[in-house]
This record gives sequence, structure tokens and C-alpha cells, in this order.
Amino acid sequence: MKGPVFYGAGFPYRDIQKLPGKLIVLEGPDGVGRSTQIKLLRRWLEDEGYAVSDTGLTRSALTQDGLDAAKSGHTLGPLTMSLFYAADFADRLENLIIPALQAGFVVLSDRYFYSVIARDSIRGIDKAWARALYGIALKPDLILYMKASVDSLVTRLIHGRGLNYWEAGMDMHLADNLYDSFISYQELILKEFDELSHEYNFVTVDANRKSNAIFEDLKEPIMQLLHNRLTKGKKPY
Amino acid sequence: MLKPNNTKGKLIIVEGIDGSGKSTQIDLLYKWLQSAGYSVYFSEWNSSELVKSTTKAAKKAHTFTPTTFSILHCTDFADRWENSILPLLKAGVIVLADRYVFTAFARDVARNVDPQWVRNMYSFAIKPDAALYFSVPLDVAVERITAARASLKYYEAGMDLNLSNDINESFKLFQGKILAEYDKMVDEFGLIKIDGTLPVKDQQKKVRAIIKNILTGWEGLPNPNEKPIGVSNPQAQGKGEKK
Repeated sequence: MKGPVFYGAGFPYRDIQKLPGKLIVLEGPDGVGRSTQIKLLRRWLEDEGYAVSDTGLTRSALTQDGLDAAKSGHTLGPLTMSLFYAADFADRLENLIIPALQAGFVVLSDRYFYSVIARDSIRGIDKAWARALYGIALKPDLILYMKASVDSLVTRLIHGRGLNYWEAGMDMHLADNLYDSFISYQELILKEFDELSHEYNFVTVDANRKSNAIFEDLKEPIMQLLHNRLTKGKKPY
Repeated sequence: MLKPNNTKGKLIIVEGIDGSGKSTQIDLLYKWLQSAGYSVYFSEWNSSELVKSTTKAAKKAHTFTPTTFSILHCTDFADRWENSILPLLKAGVIVLADRYVFTAFARDVARNVDPQWVRNMYSFAIKPDAALYFSVPLDVAVERITAARASLKYYEAGMDLNLSNDINESFKLFQGKILAEYDKMVDEFGLIKIDGTLPVKDQQKKVRAIIKNILTGWEGLPNPNEKPIGVSNPQAQGKGEKK
């Protein structure tokens, strides 16, 4: 069992000796089908006998009110928004992810801070500043990046939950309508992700395909990570 | 770490532990500058309405960790920074702040948050033209606070640090840690130390001398109000407006 490894100072006031669990992050843009894959992965891992905890970049109880208020029309500057997200991230990391890892769970995190710094960066937030801010973050054991073309995201979203204001980055005034704004915004995000994927060693999976094919590709590196523990057909229990 | 002030405005801040008398001094300074006809804006630590609604619930439930506590205070500061402090400095207003980034550096580090990490987080802020640090011995500050207050609050007393089960004792120990951090920052950030045990009037005299020096030959945003006392520039009035 290894001790925790953080990108920076982590949480110096906490004595975290061992984290027997594994932290697996699923990254990717809006509409790429992350939640579908999390569901599939969770069932698969549980069938294999692993205790699984999934957590999303949905808001924690701590910042819910503030972020909701912000999104419903209060004027929040980019810096304020960025810090709100960071507070939320820290809360989830300390109160959900780390305890689950301490208990030996496989934690599937639907996004991590990489998404946040991508969205911040295109809103003019200083990159070095943001990276240092997330010096509190635990280094995941595996970062899976579901990469898809903007066209395939549009197709999925229009046949799914539709385009929305935030996913289209309408706050950035890139275009006067949801569609054009979404295209421009997601292209910017894609570029940020390409940069991040090198910097943070993402394992990139082609997400332009059917859900089953993506699932198989995601399983591969997870099996490698959990190798001896994930059996060839034999269940560990 | 902090950015140089390239704006037209002037930034004057006060720091010190609870009970150091800094709020009294900045209040007097604020009124004096208003009377002198300047455009002045006052901003108070932890006063952004938006963040308040968030912090209130967490404070009640005692669910803060030192890191979330730290980030949320910075969020509050960033909200005031983006919506009032920075734009008003750019416009040429004198911005007075009761507590500034140094409060975070002192309190968060007292909670054992990494000093460099918290300094980076606030690195978007401007170095004040004058940072006045009201220095008082721990005993004096604690006595002033306990005499004026019926009861201390959980986080204010640093109860989350488990220094002591007794809230008054915890407060004293926590303030002691904060005081030690302040003393370290005097050189690091060039804080101007003012003896907070002197009579209020004597302190104010020193404060005004320092500020007068800074404002000599400086012209900021004109104040169109004929009777500026109590009716400051409406544009420069915000949620942090004094009283």
C-alpha cells in the first residue's frame, strides 16, 4: 500500500498514512457519455468483487447554494467562479474521495479538476495560478480521457438532453445562438484538453464510437491497474 | 507575490488580530478622507453576500476543513475584488479594506494550510499602498474581545483545531498562533506596524500622517458631491459600505 501522492502540498494538517483504494478519473467534454460509462464500469467492477464509489463533479453540499445563485443570474467574475469550483473540489476530495480510498474502495470520479482548469483557462484565468491552486489534489491512479470530435458531441446532445447555456459557454459571448456558441466553445475546450492530456498523462480513448466499444477500451487500462486483483474469469471472493 | 499597484487608485488596508483596534482606526480614517472630499470606498473582510449564504450553512454545521475554509474566504475576497475593489481602484478611488490577504495568510497558516499554497491563491491581489498592522500583545486583545462579546464563535475561537475544549482558552491559543504569523509578515510584506495599545487619538494621528504622505501630489477620481460627509460618491457605495 502506498502513501498518498499529491500534485502539491495536499492537506498538510491531515495525517493520511495509507490509501489502499484506487482513484480512477473519467474525463471528457459535455455530452460524451461519461455517466453511461461510469454506470457500466461500476457494475463490471462490482461484479468482479470491488467496492466502488462514484462521485461526480456535481456540486457538493458546501457550495450548492452559492453556485446555484451564481448560475441563476448573479454576476460572478471568472476568478470568483473558479474559486467556488475549487472549494467544491476540495470538499469532495477531503470528505468523499479520500475516506473512500482509505476504506479500500475503487473510486470512479466523473471528472476531476482538469475540466475545471480547462474551463477557467479559456475564461482568462492564469494557468500557473490554477495549477498551483490544485496542488491540494491527489494524483489519480488512472486518468481516462474520452476524446470526441465536436461533431459527434453535437449529434449526441441533440438526440439526448439538448444543448444548454453553460455547456455552450454562452457566458463567453462567442456567438449569438446556442449552436454556434457550443461549437466554438467545445473547440476551445478540446484544445485545452489536448494540452492537459500530455501534461497529466491521460489515457485517451476514442469516444466517437458506440458505447460498447468505448467501454471495452476503458476496461483495458483498468484491468492493468488492478491486474492481479482483477482475475481472469475467477472472482476474488 | 502580490501585484504592484498600476491603477489610478490607492489601496489602504488595516490588519491585526481581533481586538487590536484596527476597525476603529479605519473607520476614523474613512470619515476623515470623506470630509477631505476624496472618493472613498470601504470593503470589509468576509462580506460578499453571495459567499455569505454558502459559508453560513457550513459554519453552523461545522463542516469546514482548513482548506475549504481557506478557499471560501478567498472566493469571498475574489467576488469583492472583481465586482468592487479592482474596478474602483482603476477608476481612481481610495479603497480602504478592513482586513486583506494577510488575514488569510495568518489564519489559514495558523490552521496548518501550506503557506505557499495560500499565498499563490491570493496572488491576483495588488500590494497595498499602505498596509497598517495594529500590533497588540495577546492578553490585551483577548481581554478587549472577551469584555465586549457575550460569547465567542466556533471558528473565530479556532475550535476546529482542537487546541482546547474550553472556547476561551482555544480562542487565546488560536489568536497566539495568528499573532505569530502576523509578526512574520511584517518584513515579508512591509507591513507598517502601529502600536495598538496607544490611545486611539494618538494612533489616528500616526495613521493620518502616513496616509497624508501617500496622498500628497496625488489626484484621484473627483468627488462631485458638495457635502461629502456621510454622502459618499454613490458609485463608490457598495455592499461593504460602512454602517
